[in-house]
Amino acid sequence: MLAFVLTLVLLLGIVIVLAYAERKVAAFMQDRLGPTEAGPYGSLQSVLDVLKLLQKEDIVPAAADKSLFKLAPILIFAAVFAGFAVIPFTPDLVPAGIGIGVFYLLAIISLDVVGLLMAGWGSNNKYAMLGAMRSVAQIVSYEIPAGLAILSVVMICQSLDFQEISYQQGALMNQFPGLEYEINWLFGLEALGINTTTIGGITTWNIFRAPMLLVAFVIYFIASLAESNRAPFDIPEAESELVAGFHVEYSGFRFAVLFLAEYSMMVLVCLVAVILFLGSWNTPLPNIGPVSLAYWTTGTVGSVSGILWGGFWLLSKTFVLLFLQLQIRWTYPRLRVDQLMHLCWKVLTPIALGVVLIAGIWRLLMI
Amino acid sequence: MYCVKMNMEQKAIKHKSGFWDVVKSLLSGLSLTWRHFRNAKNRRTPEYVSDENYFKQPEGLVTLTYPYEALPVPDNGRYRLHNEIEDCIVCDLCAKICPVNCIAIESIKVTEDIGVTSDGTKKRLYAPVFNIDMAKCCYCGLCTTVCPTDCLTMTPVYDFAEIDIRNMIYHFSDLTPEQAKEKQLLYEKQQEEMAAAKAAALAAKKQG
Repeated sequence: MLAFVLTLVLLLGIVIVLAYAERKVAAFMQDRLGPTEAGPYGSLQSVLDVLKLLQKEDIVPAAADKSLFKLAPILIFAAVFAGFAVIPFTPDLVPAGIGIGVFYLLAIISLDVVGLLMAGWGSNNKYAMLGAMRSVAQIVSYEIPAGLAILSVVMICQSLDFQEISYQQGALMNQFPGLEYEINWLFGLEALGINTTTIGGITTWNIFRAPMLLVAFVIYFIASLAESNRAPFDIPEAESELVAGFHVEYSGFRFAVLFLAEYSMMVLVCLVAVILFLGSWNTPLPNIGPVSLAYWTTGTVGSVSGILWGGFWLLSKTFVLLFLQLQIRWTYPRLRVDQLMHLCWKVLTPIALGVVLIAGIWRLLMI
Repeated sequence: MYCVKMNMEQKAIKHKSGFWDVVKSLLSGLSLTWRHFRNAKNRRTPEYVSDENYFKQPEGLVTLTYPYEALPVPDNGRYRLHNEIEDCIVCDLCAKICPVNCIAIESIKVTEDIGVTSDGTKKRLYAPVFNIDMAKCCYCGLCTTVCPTDCLTMTPVYDFAEIDIRNMIYHFSDLTPEQAKEKQLLYEKQQEEMAAAKAAALAAKKQG
């Protein structure tokens, strides 16, 4: 219960910061100023937006399917929020450390699609319906390359536990129960004979431990943009043609929940990308001989320093990815439906299958 | 010739659609937005158009936070009208030329000498009403060109929006309604006296 409340508060905080950052980054990239009036540099703008939304009337269209319409936002947010349960925030802090976390995450995220379809169908609005259909088609399609990219990580790490995958990517690996005698080789190749187990840092991140995972990371990142309905894959919400897609009929608190779910999805996919590919809560600084930068910037597991360093590295890497998502949104134009499906089925899926194959072979070279 | 050109064009398109060309163009897009993001620490300064820096600020944020800062307008900007009532001879020319009838003037003849305007013209009329409805004004400036004493001018003030549209009517008269009434009575009394004097003179002439 405590984990629930803490995760919710943390998530709300990140989403508020993200919503503000989105407006400021967008403004700066377009040579504008962005919000300036609410608080210093407009920093209270998103707080005010939330307060405004909470005061608005909760409108349910007369012809809507009322029970579906009312339930959809809650289901969408619950599906996304449930995904945070298995995210390891620090070396010893996981809301729910279950052994099949990766599988659970993929499964629970897919529930999001049901909520989107409920919202689109329940609204009894052609734009909402079209938006929901596109959204579902897109998310279901892009789950395949994303799933394959994650599968290659799972094959390299031989684990479905996010915390175990995290430990494998740092100098603390041998402290995890079950990994006491594991060894990390440079690029994962035992033949090179360079032991990086105690060097840690960036050399043990998954994208270095198994270089083909860099390709998997790019595939996953592109697919995750599509899964969170972000530009350039925002045809489900195309403001200029579908008004706003599946949430066009929502107002007030329900809209706030949908908004929150959307930004939570962004945060979640970035957290997963960081944990699976970019070393999770591990420091990027390696131990170099007597200069043990990795240990200095990791802290002690179980103490406050470990929690602070772990949270710091995880969140800062996540924010770098989130910034990249924002920058991509304000750089690239929207893809057409056919281009979207072309990219997914003819480009990303075959490459992801190839990566899975190479990952399987690479794993044999690692042991 | 045409055929060769066609081939060249097709070649050019093919050249730009390879995988690495696409990656390169995607990265150049990202670098463009990143450059603008980095330059966001610079802001353009509110300088007058004749300033040498005016056209030399191609980078950075272009927005000015208007009520706090604004680009200066020329000193001879032609925006809000202003009437210097001290110099006005209430000739009504401005009201007559106005194409949108936004100027309303009433006049009362003076009974004594009330001085001259700054350019030496004798003032013979009071203006109990001199209203300009800036909500109707079309800023053509005709009233300022016909004004014989140059008392009606356009000023560089352009931000004078009002919540209540009645506040857009500017009252330039320097007489209060009471004073205007008093002047009116004075004038009527003088007219009566003159009429009486005239009648008396006429009667005296008839008798004589």
